Amino acid sequence: MKYIDEFQDPELARRLLDDIHATVTRPWALMEVCGGQTHSIIRHGLDQLLPEQVELIHGPGCPVCVTPLEVIDKALEIASRPGVIFCSFGDMLRVPGTGRDLFQVRGEGGDVRVVYSPLDALLIAQRNPDREVVFFGIGFETTAPPNAMTVHQARRLGIGNFSMLVSHVRVPPAIEAIMSSPSCRVQGFLAAGHVCSVMGVEEYPELAERFRVPIVVTGFEPLDILEGVRRAVRQLERGEHTVDNAYARAVRPEGNPAARAMLEDVFEVTDRAWRGIGVIPDSGWRLSPKYRDHDAEHRFAVDGIRTAEPAECRSGEVLQGLLKPHECEAFGTLCTPRTPLGATMVSSEGACAAYYLYRRLDLPATTTVREASPVV
Amino acid sequence: MSDTTELPVLDVEAWTCPLPVRDRPRVVMGHGGGGVLSAELVQQIFAPAFGGEVLAQMGDAAVLSLGGARLAFSTDSYVVRPLFFPGGSIGDLAVNGTVNDLAMSGARAAYLSCGFILEEGVELDVVTRVSKALGAAARTAGVEVATGDTKVVEAGHGDGIFINTAGIGIVPAGVDLRPQRVVPGDVVIVSGAIGVHGVAIMSVREGLEFGVEIKSDCAALGGLVDTMLAVTPDLHVLRDPTRGGLAASLNEIAAASGTGVVVRERDIPVPPAVANACAILGLDPMYIANEGKLVAFVPRAHADAVLEAMRAHPLGADSVIIGEAVEEHPGMVVARTGLGGTRVVDLPIGEQLPRIC
Repeated sequence: MKYIDEFQDPELARRLLDDIHATVTRPWALMEVCGGQTHSIIRHGLDQLLPEQVELIHGPGCPVCVTPLEVIDKALEIASRPGVIFCSFGDMLRVPGTGRDLFQVRGEGGDVRVVYSPLDALLIAQRNPDREVVFFGIGFETTAPPNAMTVHQARRLGIGNFSMLVSHVRVPPAIEAIMSSPSCRVQGFLAAGHVCSVMGVEEYPELAERFRVPIVVTGFEPLDILEGVRRAVRQLERGEHTVDNAYARAVRPEGNPAARAMLEDVFEVTDRAWRGIGVIPDSGWRLSPKYRDHDAEHRFAVDGIRTAEPAECRSGEVLQGLLKPHECEAFGTLCTPRTPLGATMVSSEGACAAYYLYRRLDLPATTTVREASPVV
Repeated sequence: MSDTTELPVLDVEAWTCPLPVRDRPRVVMGHGGGGVLSAELVQQIFAPAFGGEVLAQMGDAAVLSLGGARLAFSTDSYVVRPLFFPGGSIGDLAVNGTVNDLAMSGARAAYLSCGFILEEGVELDVVTRVSKALGAAARTAGVEVATGDTKVVEAGHGDGIFINTAGIGIVPAGVDLRPQRVVPGDVVIVSGAIGVHGVAIMSVREGLEFGVEIKSDCAALGGLVDTMLAVTPDLHVLRDPTRGGLAASLNEIAAASGTGVVVRERDIPVPPAVANACAILGLDPMYIANEGKLVAFVPRAHADAVLEAMRAHPLGADSVIIGEAVEEHPGMVVARTGLGGTRVVDLPIGEQLPRIC
């Protein structure tokens, strides 16, 4: 695929890795913010190819992982109600709420549907005027604009049977919270390229300056990630801490003004609880009062839900980069993708699931890119 | 942007996570996905209830002795939606799926049974088209539909047409295809591009446009298997990587044989259209269903000759060696990535789910 294959080229990867190996003189800890980057790092074995001194800490950027349990429980409650068609992106169906998940609601007769776009849910609402259609609007700045556009369209077209359960989160306040934590070890950030393609990079210079960390806007293909690491390490070795855009093919400094205007219109900033981190001020979006009629929480009055969680799971520490997934006592035994203790093991973008799926085998790490041994 | 003084002090010790859904009281779609949930359903409910030595083989087909002959016996149900898709229909699947299950034991399918479960209201024209497709597929595969049954369920209690087929065939003398025969050093061959059928179905079922039409690879593999067995009857195991895809088949073989499996990701043939569709949806081609492909574990001494014979057959023209069985990491499948790293290729849990972003 154009702009994909070129960024998986082994020869170019070798050159980037050689450069990183030649640049590094001491240990550095970088955090990749986005779960999509974590997935790519583990899936391609990039962490095995980097110098030992470069540690990648997996950040809280999986929208599935950080959606609060209370919101999942609200989704389960709404999806269970008669007459409701509950629409969601696929990977939210497996996240356990208190004792069950959306798959189970479907097994119990609930009409839960996987959609690929919030506009599909709006179409379902138009085609089923006698049913209440709810879309589960979660995610970062990446998924927020299409969700905002969908609510905007619902209001504009007067589709009264459509509402959205919103639990959106914003990256910069999370970076701020992580960097403000006394136990933080992060020395540089790989910022999520797709978030920046919407929001631009103007929120980052102040963070880079205040916390004296390089922030490199990074894409998702293997070469994108290696280039992000290369630039971050180069800055660290030089004692610099600037914002650098290593994903210029997708990210403009100002982001996407039309998308930002839509966000401004439909959402308002709010405090948001992040699973594993706690409440972070101003780190979320909710529907603004103008769109209250399309707010599922308001429409279905799902207050007073009591959540219940066990204490074995340490994914809070994983999400903050304080613990590697395999360092958790429950990893791979009590906690697997089949029996997840926490959302980091549920979502395919969760750090724990990525480690379980791809890294349980500790083969000797290779330090240079090489062809796999031929079958002789 | 908040002032740092307003930020909470993060108390990770106080943070907890939800209890997992460990015991499901009801069937979920994942129980039919060909992964861990499917296996648990069979191992925990069906096998204990049915018992029987033959069932314990747990192959695509059961191999049994009857009247002095070694028979392969298999059954499969087809619940595909839509009924017609690019490259085939539920009628083609109902023949080829069962024929291929038999072929994986080395048997050439001889007779099929065919049970139709029709939903009240389905157009007879649709039933006719499916039946004609099924008949044509049977003739192509060289198998006869010898017996059948029809039931009708009330409207809303089916999906138009469900079909069950069962098949029997004779296993040639000297052929013994079982995962237990796999030994370290065996070469892993796949008969062509993977993921095509699953993506073809997805493209029409979900209304997704991937830029080019992807046609299902649905085909009967009996002839290809005959070609391979003509080179040597000493193939170790064959698998038809349908639900759960190549990953599920490799994991089943690794687990049953107690060997490790290593595949080279770059050698696994994934057509651009499949790779692109998977990239868009956040899926892994190794877990996508196939309907006209096989994966073979072949003794190293015969690998080149078997590969050459496969490539000479129309359904194996793009056959390629993708890896080998190894002594290390028994029961586990490991992929060497294109950039030189490694990753574990696990058994899927239930259904693959499209990712949010």
